[in-house]
Amino acid sequence: MADVKTAAYICKGCEIDKRVDVAALAKAATKSGKMNIVREHDFLCSAEGVAMIQNDIDNEGVTHAAICACSRRAKTDAFNFPTTAISRGNLREGVIWIRPDTEAARETTQEMAEDYVRMACAEVKAMQVPQGNPNTGGVKTLLVVGGGMSGMTSALEASKAGYKVVLVEKTGALGGWTAKLHKRIPTREPFKAPEDNGVSDMVARIEADSNIKVYLNATIAKTDGSPGRFKVEIAIESGAIANEDIGAIIQATGFTLYDANKLPELGYGKSPNVVDQAGLEGLARDAAAAGKPICRPSDGQPVNKVVFVQCAGQRDTTGTHLQYCSGFCCNTSIKQAMYFKDGNPDIDTVVLFTDLRTPGNGEDFYRAAQNKGVIFSKGVVSNVSASGNTCSVKFKDLILNEEVDTQADLVVLATGMVPSSGPELDALNEANRLAEGGDEGAKEQVVQMMSKSVLNLTYRQGPDVPQFKHGFNDSHFICFPYETRRTAIYNAGPVRRPMDILQAQEDATGAAMKAIQAMENAGLGKAAHPRAGDLSFPTVRLEGCTQCKRCTVECPFGAIDEDAKRFPLFNESRCRRCGTCMGACPVRVISFENYSVNTVGSQIKAVDVPDEFSEKPRILILACENDAYPALDMAGMNRHEYDPFVRVIPIRCLGSVNTIWITDALNGGYDGVMLMGCKHGEEYQCHFVKGSELGRYRLSKVGDTLKGMNLETERVMDVEVAITDIATLPQKINDYAALIKSFPPSPFKGF
Amino acid sequence: MSDLNQTMAARYQNNFLKEIEEQAEMGEWVKMCMQCGLCSGSCPTNFQAGWDHPPQEIFMMIRAGKRDEVLKSNSMWMCTSCYNCYVRCPRKVPVTHVMHGIAEYAYRIGQSPKNQPTQHLSKTFWDNCTKTGRVNEVKLTQSLYFKDGIGAGIKKAMEMQAVALGLVKAKRLNPLEAIGIAHKCKDIKGIQAMLAKANELEAQRKAEKAKA
Repeated sequence: MADVKTAAYICKGCEIDKRVDVAALAKAATKSGKMNIVREHDFLCSAEGVAMIQNDIDNEGVTHAAICACSRRAKTDAFNFPTTAISRGNLREGVIWIRPDTEAARETTQEMAEDYVRMACAEVKAMQVPQGNPNTGGVKTLLVVGGGMSGMTSALEASKAGYKVVLVEKTGALGGWTAKLHKRIPTREPFKAPEDNGVSDMVARIEADSNIKVYLNATIAKTDGSPGRFKVEIAIESGAIANEDIGAIIQATGFTLYDANKLPELGYGKSPNVVDQAGLEGLARDAAAAGKPICRPSDGQPVNKVVFVQCAGQRDTTGTHLQYCSGFCCNTSIKQAMYFKDGNPDIDTVVLFTDLRTPGNGEDFYRAAQNKGVIFSKGVVSNVSASGNTCSVKFKDLILNEEVDTQADLVVLATGMVPSSGPELDALNEANRLAEGGDEGAKEQVVQMMSKSVLNLTYRQGPDVPQFKHGFNDSHFICFPYETRRTAIYNAGPVRRPMDILQAQEDATGAAMKAIQAMENAGLGKAAHPRAGDLSFPTVRLEGCTQCKRCTVECPFGAIDEDAKRFPLFNESRCRRCGTCMGACPVRVISFENYSVNTVGSQIKAVDVPDEFSEKPRILILACENDAYPALDMAGMNRHEYDPFVRVIPIRCLGSVNTIWITDALNGGYDGVMLMGCKHGEEYQCHFVKGSELGRYRLSKVGDTLKGMNLETERVMDVEVAITDIATLPQKINDYAALIKSFPPSPFKGF
Repeated sequence: MSDLNQTMAARYQNNFLKEIEEQAEMGEWVKMCMQCGLCSGSCPTNFQAGWDHPPQEIFMMIRAGKRDEVLKSNSMWMCTSCYNCYVRCPRKVPVTHVMHGIAEYAYRIGQSPKNQPTQHLSKTFWDNCTKTGRVNEVKLTQSLYFKDGIGAGIKKAMEMQAVALGLVKAKRLNPLEAIGIAHKCKDIKGIQAMLAKANELEAQRKAEKAKA
């Protein structure tokens, strides 16, 4: 390693010099921080200040710099020195902005600032400049699985952006469900009449596109490798295998309609005059092809009255059918009612709904249907029975509060979407476990489940993308909708949540952009979302590894496989750099160049812990950098004050917290440790999906350690923080500090 | 009158919605209701429990073909024309006008509720003011108070005595109106000619609709 030369830079701008004694900070950097160079500057982020640092790097050989100024989230463009290890001491948002400008507060504010200077110095000395993942692959071809509306859109969008696409469709034609539609819900002004489904045009564009290679009647037999260098085997029609090198994958495998056979009470299967929405599309297409109006399937006679039953087997509270709303079916029924009304306004069309939900511009479409005379009644259907050629629909009118029995020639059931998302991994792993134990039934189950696999990944953690609620593939509704827990594999369309064609196309475009970004980053050895562009990657000191497998099990992204000797095998390109493996490792052999057990541990040790008589407790806060740390920064910007005895260290994720940090802090005389992470569970907000959950599970065991040390269990506290908790977070800190002050000082002070 | 009722019922058979759309003024708006209930929630008469059905229900009942119940309902007659529903309707349905349209239609075909006070007032008011071009307050009040018989009329008149005296003192009520010495408009003939022409046009339009 090249010679290490350290430097600390202390900014006096933003009134830092008015609030703290900067000379004393410089002294702390020299004496405790042991920095080779220590410089003060009036305005460090100015061109002149930045030039000063650059000059030291170029001419003085500075390799490690601690910049003590504002938060690490501020002025990132100015303090960008890619060849130098940089740490940041947060004197502005972290100290002067959260403390009152009073004589009484001066001493504690000064102590706080000095500690942050020491911490920045200690951290930077434990860091190295990230070199980027060397195990990269530069393949820039996108694999799209599924040739429906979502898949075709992804392929076309990626091609437009200049990327090669391999499009795999299991049936013999592109178009998916949309191709089966007589017409589609309108997509443009004035949103008043159904439109051509648009599939043939898209198929033609795909066929004419030299960037897109289409495999029909094909499935994915095997997906091996990592982002930027996937090796994909495609089972094609002839039975042969086609090999493709792939950079990133979009899974757009769509949905199937909920099986209407599970709804015998609604008459499905008992009469040909009861159909689901796909059934009606079929009738409409046949009728259009024959140039006739839609007729009654039982006897081919004209239809005089149609009843549409919304939420058939959906939004079910009993747990028997789908629990969710599929979002497209109200608009579809409106469209299908128009098939009749547009042909013959005298046909009675009644839509029985409980809540009519018309996303997008569906409200205009709904109004157009009302204008055309489609009747909408708020009611819950209890039974559909058929006798002869007519059906009798029993429903409760929710407005008039009465039971009604109405006759219809045709009944259309709006069943919902069931995602085609492949096997559920937990169930599959359980079946695998039983099968290994020799259970014959489980063996069959494994074969059956694997037959549904979409991607057939060779990952240790299962052949497909993990699922979340109701069997839909993992996705975060608001913050990162297309991300899955498999890096460079994205979900688009109804496979991740129920949606209509227009939403699926938007989704597919977004996923294509994310996939392109992931391929490009993988080629450069950089991380994908949420640390997009991060060059650090985990390294493991295998000679210390005990093969406990915690890292391979816990990695939320399936990045870690096992090698032949059962050691963890890191696939750096699949890694998102959350550090969960580092937090999980009991022997602490996993680290990143700029984030390790040591970078945080040395900061904890750098804090000056006053003795038990000083009445100055020390509280360590480990704050998630995604939500909690920005919330604290914003608390500073809003001048919400909080306790001067806390010392905040940003962490990549709660999952990266190694319990040694907590033990070290308590052994070192800290009075309390506060952990701030994102919400976990079904409504998770963790940017690494499972990181905060895994971290919390690990921390739930800390109580025993505390008891062993004869300490109150409340000394370690976990807080769920959202980025919006700007005003409440300081209060939580103060409440916790008050609790800690009510305890006697830590007995470990001074050891 | 009931002949017209039977004619209409026979013509539209079970399609009451179509009947309202074609025959009642503003009836074509009924189908545009989306059943949110904002009109019912906004109606000031709602809190008096004075109606048979809120507007939302009336709209739904029309679609459900409940002909007799709708036409005989007192709901439309309870409307105070405050226009809250019209202003608030997210679908911009002119609920107030629709209610008036249905009320007028029910009255026209002789199906409106008998002896309904607001209906009675409307009729009396109209007859009263078209006679001289101005309202004869004493006669209007008399007709309203005594509609349920002499006893009820005297009782009501006694109750309102103080108000009436106050109005007389303030020269807002002329007791001589009782014997026909009342204020009139300057050109009664002109007014009546105007009204006659309006009536003719209206009758013509309705006859066309009834024929169509």
